[in-house]
Amino acid sequence: MKSLAELQALRDKMQAQMGIRREEELSTRIVVGMATCGIAAGARPVLAAFTDEISKRRLTDVAVVQTGCVGICQYEPVVEVYRPGEEKVTYVKMTADKVARVVADHIVNGNVVTEFTIGALK
Amino acid sequence: MYRSHVLICGGTGCTSSGSERIINTLEKELKEAGLAEEIKVIRTGCFGLCALGPIMVVYPEGAFYSMVTPEDIPEIVSEHFVKGRIVTRLLYQETVAEDGAITSLDDTNFYKKQLRIALHNCGVINPENINEYIAYDGYQALGKVLTEMKPADVIKVLLDAGLRGRGGGGFPTGKKWEFAAAQPAGQKYVVCNADEGDPGAFMDRSILEGDPHVVIEAMAIAGYAIGADTGVVYVRAEYPIAVKRLQIAIDQAREAGLLGKDIFGTGFNFDIHIRLGAGAFVCGEETALLTSIEGHRGEPRPRPPYPAVAGLFGKPTIINNVETFANIPPIIRKGVEWYRQIGTERSKGTKVFALGGKISNTGLVEVPMGTTLREIVEEIGGGIPGGGTFKAAQTGGPSGGCIPASLMDTPIDYDSLMAIGSMMGSGGLIVMDQTTCMVDIAKFFLEFTVDESCGKCVPCRIGTKRLYEMLDKVTQGKATMEDLDKMEALCYHIKESALCGLGQTAPNPVLSTLRYFRDEYVAHIEEKRCPAGVCKALLSYHILEDKCIGCTICARNCPVGCISGTVKQPHKIDNTACIKCGACEEKCRFGAIVKR
Repeated sequence: MKSLAELQALRDKMQAQMGIRREEELSTRIVVGMATCGIAAGARPVLAAFTDEISKRRLTDVAVVQTGCVGICQYEPVVEVYRPGEEKVTYVKMTADKVARVVADHIVNGNVVTEFTIGALK
Repeated sequence: MYRSHVLICGGTGCTSSGSERIINTLEKELKEAGLAEEIKVIRTGCFGLCALGPIMVVYPEGAFYSMVTPEDIPEIVSEHFVKGRIVTRLLYQETVAEDGAITSLDDTNFYKKQLRIALHNCGVINPENINEYIAYDGYQALGKVLTEMKPADVIKVLLDAGLRGRGGGGFPTGKKWEFAAAQPAGQKYVVCNADEGDPGAFMDRSILEGDPHVVIEAMAIAGYAIGADTGVVYVRAEYPIAVKRLQIAIDQAREAGLLGKDIFGTGFNFDIHIRLGAGAFVCGEETALLTSIEGHRGEPRPRPPYPAVAGLFGKPTIINNVETFANIPPIIRKGVEWYRQIGTERSKGTKVFALGGKISNTGLVEVPMGTTLREIVEEIGGGIPGGGTFKAAQTGGPSGGCIPASLMDTPIDYDSLMAIGSMMGSGGLIVMDQTTCMVDIAKFFLEFTVDESCGKCVPCRIGTKRLYEMLDKVTQGKATMEDLDKMEALCYHIKESALCGLGQTAPNPVLSTLRYFRDEYVAHIEEKRCPAGVCKALLSYHILEDKCIGCTICARNCPVGCISGTVKQPHKIDNTACIKCGACEEKCRFGAIVKR
C-alpha cells in the first residue's frame, strides 16, 4: 500500500463484503424457500446466484436468508422479496438464470419482474 | 460472497470454555452439509459477556447464541443454516421478544448502557485479518495524521479531547506526548504497556485479542507526533492468544506497508517489536517496565527524570496503556467535539471495566465516565447471583480501594474515585457480597503486593510485610485496638516513602476498608468474631438442638470425626477437634448447623 487512496479503495471493497454484520435491520430481505421441496427443485443454486449477484453489485443493504416450506411446493423454488414500504413479492419456479434480472430490475431499480411472480401463473 | 457470517468468540474467556472445539465442529459440519462456500466462520475477540460463553452470533439475522456446546452444532447447522429456522432454545433469552422475534443485542440490559469506543471492534471483526479492520475505517486515522496534520496538531487534538491515561493514574495523554515531542530530535521510543497484572483485570488482553491493529495504528500515530520511529509493546507472556494475534497483526501491517519505511509515501518510518514480560507485577510500573525491556531485572527507578525526558535506553519515551492507545484512532477520526460530549467535566470518554466476583454477568463492559457503580452492578452486571446483597466493590485491584454500598450512586470518574479513597486503576471491578470479610479481602490484596514487591526500597519490602502480619493478627483474633492505630500509621508511612506506584498504593485496600468497614475490624478484635463468617480462627460450628433430627449425615461426613451423637438424637460438635472445613454445614439438609 503506497497511498491513502489505495487504503480507501480497499476499505470500500471490504465494506461491501461485511455489510451483513450490522446490528440494524437490513432494509431488503430476499427469502429463499429451503425446505426439502425447495432444495429438490433447485433452490440451492438460486440462493448462490443471489449472493453472487449482490456481492458483484456491492449491495450492502440486502440480506439473503432462507426459510422453510411456504406451502406451494409445486412452484418451488420460491423466493420472496421484502422491501420497506412495499408489499411482499413472491417469485416462483426460480432458476439461477432468472436471478440477475430480479436483482437488476427489482432490487436495484424497484421494478417488480411481474412475469416471474406467482400472479403470472396460469 | 457469503450469505451468512458466523462470529464465534475466540477470546481467552470463551476459548477456555471450549470455543475452539465449537469452531472446529462447525467447520466440519458446514463442509459436510456443503455450506462451506456460503457461510463464513469468523473467530473474533471478546464480546464482553464472558459469563455466557462460548458465544456465537449469526448474521444477517443477528441471532445471539450463548453457552453453545459442540453437541449443539449439528442442530444449528441443520436447522438454522439449512432450513433458516433459528434455534430459539440457545438464544440469549434477553434478545427474544415476547412474540418470539429477535431483538437487537444493543437493547439488552448488558449492552444498553454501554458505549464502546476502545472495544468498538471487539467481537465484530476477525482480529487476524487486517482487511476487516480496514473495512471498519482502520488506518484511516493514521492516513489522516500523516497527510493532513503536523505533529503538533495531533498533540493538540489529544489535549483538547481531554484523554487521560487509562492505566491507572489518569495523567493527560496529550501532556505526556508534548513533553516527549519537546525533547531534541534523535532516537525516541513509543512504548505500549500491556503488562496487565491486576488480579481480575483483563481489558488490555481483550483489546489485543479482539482488535490488535488499533494499538498498532495508535502507536504509529504516537511515533509521528513525538518523532519516534520505533515502538515496543511490552506484553505479559501469560497472554499467549494476545501475543500471537498481535504478532500476526504486526506482520500483516508490515506486509501492507502500514508499518515500515515511507508509510503512505510520506517519508514517515515506524516499526513495532514485541517484548514479553516474565510475570512480575511491578513490571507494569513504567520505570520498571523500561528497565525490564533494557534487559535488566524489572526494578523501578526514581523519577525524575521522567521517561519523556530519559526513558528507554535513556532516550525520550512515551508509555501508554493499551486502552489509552485504543481510544486514539477514534478520536482522530471522529473529532474532538464528538469525544468531549462523552463523560464528565474532567474525565472524558469511556472506561472499560472487567466485572468479576459476586456478579451475574461476569465480563467486560465499557461505559461513559460518570456512570454510577449502581448502574454497572445492578443493570449491566445483572446484580448479585443467588439473592445476595451488595456489600462493596473493589476498583483498581491491589492498588485501589473499596466502594461501600452507601456510595453506589457516586459517578465513576478519576476524581470522584480518588475523593472516596479508591482509584480508577486499570479497570478491574470486583464485586463483593455479604459473605466477603473485608479484613480478609484486605489481607488477600496485601498478600499479593508482599509477593510482588520487588524489594528495592525498604518501605515496600518490609513495610508491606509488617502490614500483612498485622492483618493476619486481626483475622486470628489476636490483635488489639492499638494495633489498628499502628496499622493506619504504617499505611501512611509506606504511601509517603515508597519508591514507585506499587508501594505507594499498596496500603490502599487496608486504608479504604478501615475507612468504610472499621466496625468489622473492631468486631474481629473486641468480640473475636468475623461478621461475614470467613476468618476460620474466629469461627465455630454449632448444632441447633431443636432442628437436628439425628440423621447422622454430618457425623458420617466429618473428616476428623469430631461430631458425636446417637441416631435420632441431636448431635454435638467437639470444637476442640473441629477443623472448620464446613462439610457438615453443607451436608445438613435441615439447616441445623450454623457457624458463629
